[in-house]
Amino acid sequence: METYDKKMKFLEEMANLLRKEVVKMLVEAGSGHSAAPLGTADIFTALYFHILNHNPKKPDWPDRDRFVLSCGHYCPIQYAAMAHAGYFPLEELGTLRKLNSRLQGHPHRTTLPGLEVTSGPLGDGLPQAIGMAFAARMDKKKHRVYCLTSDGEHDTGVIWEAAMFAGKHKLNNLTAILDRNNIQIDGYTEDVMPLEPIKDKYEAFNWHVIEVNGHNIEEIIDAVNEAKAIYEKPTMIIAYTIPGKGVSFMERDYSWHGKPPTKEEGKKALHDLRTLGGKIKSEHE
Amino acid sequence: MLNENAKLNPKIFSADIEQLPTRDGYGNGLVIAGSENPDIVVLCADLSESTRSEWFAKKFPERFIEMGVAEQNMAAIAAGLGVSGKIPFISSYAVFSPGRNWEQIRTTIAYNNSNAKIAGAHAGISVGPDGATHQAVEDIATMRVIANMRVFVPCDAIEAKKATIAAAKIMGPVYLRFAREKTPVFTSEETPYIPGKAEIFWQSKKKPEVAIIGCGPILYNALLAARDLEKEKIGTIVVNNHTVKPMDEKKIVEVAKKCGAVVTVEEHQVIGGMGSAVAEILARHYPAPMEFVGMNDVFGESGPPNALLEKYGMGAKDIKEAIKRVLKRK
Repeated sequence: METYDKKMKFLEEMANLLRKEVVKMLVEAGSGHSAAPLGTADIFTALYFHILNHNPKKPDWPDRDRFVLSCGHYCPIQYAAMAHAGYFPLEELGTLRKLNSRLQGHPHRTTLPGLEVTSGPLGDGLPQAIGMAFAARMDKKKHRVYCLTSDGEHDTGVIWEAAMFAGKHKLNNLTAILDRNNIQIDGYTEDVMPLEPIKDKYEAFNWHVIEVNGHNIEEIIDAVNEAKAIYEKPTMIIAYTIPGKGVSFMERDYSWHGKPPTKEEGKKALHDLRTLGGKIKSEHE
Repeated sequence: MLNENAKLNPKIFSADIEQLPTRDGYGNGLVIAGSENPDIVVLCADLSESTRSEWFAKKFPERFIEMGVAEQNMAAIAAGLGVSGKIPFISSYAVFSPGRNWEQIRTTIAYNNSNAKIAGAHAGISVGPDGATHQAVEDIATMRVIANMRVFVPCDAIEAKKATIAAAKIMGPVYLRFAREKTPVFTSEETPYIPGKAEIFWQSKKKPEVAIIGCGPILYNALLAARDLEKEKIGTIVVNNHTVKPMDEKKIVEVAKKCGAVVTVEEHQVIGGMGSAVAEILARHYPAPMEFVGMNDVFGESGPPNALLEKYGMGAKDIKEAIKRVLKRK
């Protein structure tokens, strides 16, 4: 059995590896979103390599935990995590957004085994996850439903309709993670459409709310475990993240929300990730 | 004369023919389908009495989900249920669902190919006094344009029941269109109903000169027009085109060829509706003169249902006039 420290080291290194994959995929694709996929690499690593009870070789296994990406534009990081978890060959990551690819610009259920829903238009994923959690409860199934939702997505009405419904039905088999990176396409969330106090809002909607550092994998896992022990409410884990995390020139800059790095920027980004922002020496230089 | 094989209600043209709203057929169909299949789940957006989903709720309370006035959430939650082995039916007025939640239906139900059904009640201007805000006259267009979506428009309460039961057995998205107002129950339990297969309800003894292709309760007006025209020595065929998508191309082309002219009849905008879908088929396979009976790019208003149908050009008289117009163009 692997030791705790060894596991945490594996997860941290995996998160870094997935970030590099995202940069390479985006450079190759020539379009797509950079900031949030990099910002949530730690969350995706925690999900696909520790939290989810799943079997990449049997994506239709009925008792698997479900993961729904509500903010579908984050999909490069989901694809990277899925490929490294064994859902499909790593080579396929280079086909993102290309003709005849299974890796659509936003996730599409019927083309790629392992994707639970089609999502992308903001707000559409959380209610689908709730539908899945409701079905699981009707069938007395033990699996859990996880959903990643973005902060910008909380401008939509349907998210709050869904939040009300989950609170009403005390869907304790649902754990949502809110990527609180404070940016959206047009700027900072609090300038575009203030969301704060977002914690109070979810509590008022009868959710259990936990706040974590979205780059601390241990905290993310702890929060998910806490959610499993909450029987009366769905749980929202507010994960505070830095958009563009790991790439110096992207961090906290909302202009990186919806564009990919150029080839040159990609090289710089990969250097940043290899050297942990210049803190260590790269073996490639 | 009436097509005997259609086994229509023998009292079809008598004044005391039973009248029921097609939404009653939805309510009955849900109960029957729900008894046969425990996976059927019904969702409703605060309109359970008027959509008749209440009938299912009373019988199967554990499988009824009250959504509140939240149609977008209802569609997406249904999508999640539909990919989890359930067969959800979402119920509201057509102006709200599939009106307000069109994008969720497109993305999470249709593109996602979730096994969810959308029931739009109170479609058409015969909604009456509530006025144009509540009269859906665009829903056939907005649903038939979405890939993976099927569109069923039953003509009376019995057919509505059959359509609901049939939709439950089809894997994938279906839009079912229902009306508020009581209308004649002119089919019977024995009338053939197969999704995707149009049925001839009327065929004149004399050589038919015009094919009338209709859907929904207004098809009754088409039959009244056909009967009147027979007395005027104008032969017609009346087709119950209940499945707007996938449409029975073979039958549409066949009747167009037989008659050489077509009139379509629907309680919906002419733009993008069932008639437009017929025109798309005929333009490719057998171009023929056509007239379209329906809403002509305007909104309705408050008023008694039949008076509204007459004011907006969808009465039996209007259908007859359309037939005479198209005859002149042959």
